[in-house]
Amino acid sequence: MYRYDDYDQQLVDERVKQYADQTRRYLAGELTEEEYLPLRLQNGLYVQKQAPMLRVAIPYGNLRSDQVRMFAHIARTYDKGYGHFSTRQNIQFNWPKIEDTPKILADLASVQMHAIQTSGNCIRNTTSDPFAGVAADELIDPRPWCELIRQWSTFHPEFAYLPRKFKMAVNGAKEDRAIIRCHDIGLEVRQNETGELGFRVFVGGGLGRTPMVGKEITDFIPWQHLLTYLEAILRVYNRFGRRDNKYKARIKILVQALGIDAFREQVEAEWVHLKDGPATLTQEEVDRVAACFVDPDYENLPAIDEGFIAKQAESVPFAKWVERNVRGHKRPGYASAVISLKKTGVPPGDITDAQLDLVADWADRYSFGEVRSTHEQNLVLADVKQSNLFALWEELRAHGLATPNFGLLTDMICCPGGDFCNLANAKSIPIAEAVQQRFDDLDYLHDIGELELNISGCMNACGHHHVGHIGILGVDKNGEEWYQITIGGRQGNEAGIGKVIGRSFAAADVPDVIEKLVATYIDNRHEGERFIDTVHRVGQDPFKARVYGEQQNERKVVNG
Amino acid sequence: MAKLIKTQAIVEDAWQVLTLTEDQNADSVEVAEGQWIVPLSVYLAQTALQSRRDVAVWLAGDDEPADVAPYLAQLPLVAVHFPKFADGRGYSIATLLRTRHGHTGELRAIGDVLRDQFDYLTRCGFDALQPAEGRYSDAQLEDALRNVKDFSEPYQTSVTVQSPLFRRQRRVAA
Repeated sequence: MYRYDDYDQQLVDERVKQYADQTRRYLAGELTEEEYLPLRLQNGLYVQKQAPMLRVAIPYGNLRSDQVRMFAHIARTYDKGYGHFSTRQNIQFNWPKIEDTPKILADLASVQMHAIQTSGNCIRNTTSDPFAGVAADELIDPRPWCELIRQWSTFHPEFAYLPRKFKMAVNGAKEDRAIIRCHDIGLEVRQNETGELGFRVFVGGGLGRTPMVGKEITDFIPWQHLLTYLEAILRVYNRFGRRDNKYKARIKILVQALGIDAFREQVEAEWVHLKDGPATLTQEEVDRVAACFVDPDYENLPAIDEGFIAKQAESVPFAKWVERNVRGHKRPGYASAVISLKKTGVPPGDITDAQLDLVADWADRYSFGEVRSTHEQNLVLADVKQSNLFALWEELRAHGLATPNFGLLTDMICCPGGDFCNLANAKSIPIAEAVQQRFDDLDYLHDIGELELNISGCMNACGHHHVGHIGILGVDKNGEEWYQITIGGRQGNEAGIGKVIGRSFAAADVPDVIEKLVATYIDNRHEGERFIDTVHRVGQDPFKARVYGEQQNERKVVNG
Repeated sequence: MAKLIKTQAIVEDAWQVLTLTEDQNADSVEVAEGQWIVPLSVYLAQTALQSRRDVAVWLAGDDEPADVAPYLAQLPLVAVHFPKFADGRGYSIATLLRTRHGHTGELRAIGDVLRDQFDYLTRCGFDALQPAEGRYSDAQLEDALRNVKDFSEPYQTSVTVQSPLFRRQRRVAA
């Protein structure tokens, strides 16, 4: 993991001091609400429905155990005893007092953490593959590049007041696990034909009100030029992005208005002046950062641990958990374990202070002291010996963290929704719970197989509903909460936006609708075919017919 | 007289900013005697102004900095207008004036300019910072001067620090 040197630490400490003074002036009435707003937002502080909400940055989802323990401390000391992992791999605390936020940031700085640029119209936390560095299909480790981008974007003076928020993601494996095509800038680390390292760059992707898949602006930019190329894109966006309407202010609208070719021309014209300038990366700097991401001290182990195999034969629940939540690893004898934060009855992504402490302990005992957060709102212990998986599972199970549903219907992405968020049109957590309760039969759930269900409480799409195999969007109709369903969205290399199946539903109907969609899939699926592949093969009609055909009849009765 | 921060000191200032009302045109608006900072459109339209040493120019967010480039040597100062503090176009305009068009004279931020932005504004090349008149007390401006030094070693390049941290300092993997 990246460890701060004195320069990194100093900047974060200075930020704490600066923010403490800004907050003092705000509380003393010297700063207006409007003036404090961007300052607190760029420090992760929202003012929400119930209370302020503090969003802490987890750069590319990487955490050390002492940092996880600090989350537990913050949850316990300043909050109501829990935290919430978000789809940007960050953690949010929903109940801090504004007066306490300078202290919280000081506590975070003591473990090399911060809340810088986790909100506001600036470059946000860069996200990445939670299996970076351990995935068998990885070509190039994205983490050093994420860290270089983190440093470049932190307090970038030119890009602190962009037209809108700006999100970047980096992926370095064959399979895209960072949804790079749905980001303002998506970067794929790759090698060209001559073996040179560089980036394929997508620009103008994003969800929200106008969901779009990013366009390729270049298929290869050599690594030395990464930062100058990003700078050129950001400068064109900062100057020419729309500022008259916040819903049209994202870079995707600019790219769409100009067309990718004209946009590329503008970026290239800007880049000519920056290329080979001082911001050009050096091998020495890349090596320095990459040295933080070398492999831990793996043992030389046989590919398959016999005891691990035996335990699966002995215990069906363990075998089920392994089948779903354990992933292969590039090193023989090791595996990555997904800690599901999707137990029925617990809001997706929520975790208590006690659980956070335990996760930190398990990371120390089983995974070289490291934890990853995922955009699907789970945690990962990336480097667990197969021989330790059973012991780990027993502990996870004892504390409600062994739900064997990774990648299944109940492993849903869900934003905090109307229970917490000011922007939401509708609740999302109770919808998630109702669907989880409906699909409580584990065998059925496993039989359905891989199915991504994403729920957003409003158009802003924090729950990534557009890229869910099934997406649920909360909408407001005359002050009532309704839910619109999309199917066919997906992340990954073939990322695409789902299509709405028809008119929206009342909250109470949502579990029925999901059940009908699943039943349609089961009736139509070929052997071994996933829900999403069936949808793309047979189209929407059978799904619509099942959902609306029956419902229309019911309606007639109700209205009759 | 308005107070502004110029090269890290608080000074009195006699320049006035000319803005066009709806019924005024760039080519016909009258620029009175005295020190005026006029819109770029006025300066380009009225060539007579280009020989006056008491006329300077301000750029709006959608002005093209290259358009003022031919006049930089003769202009007493160039200002960039921030209609709202959240409108960040001026940061890029300043950067371009300094790094691409070679502006070495005074570069002034005017309009909705807030003390908590002084650090970023300075790093993008503004050497004169002019908050709205009466916005801050002298004591607050003094205080804000210290805030400009909130961060000691920025990571990235900017107008004032032209090489990134990794070229300025030998950083060793921690």
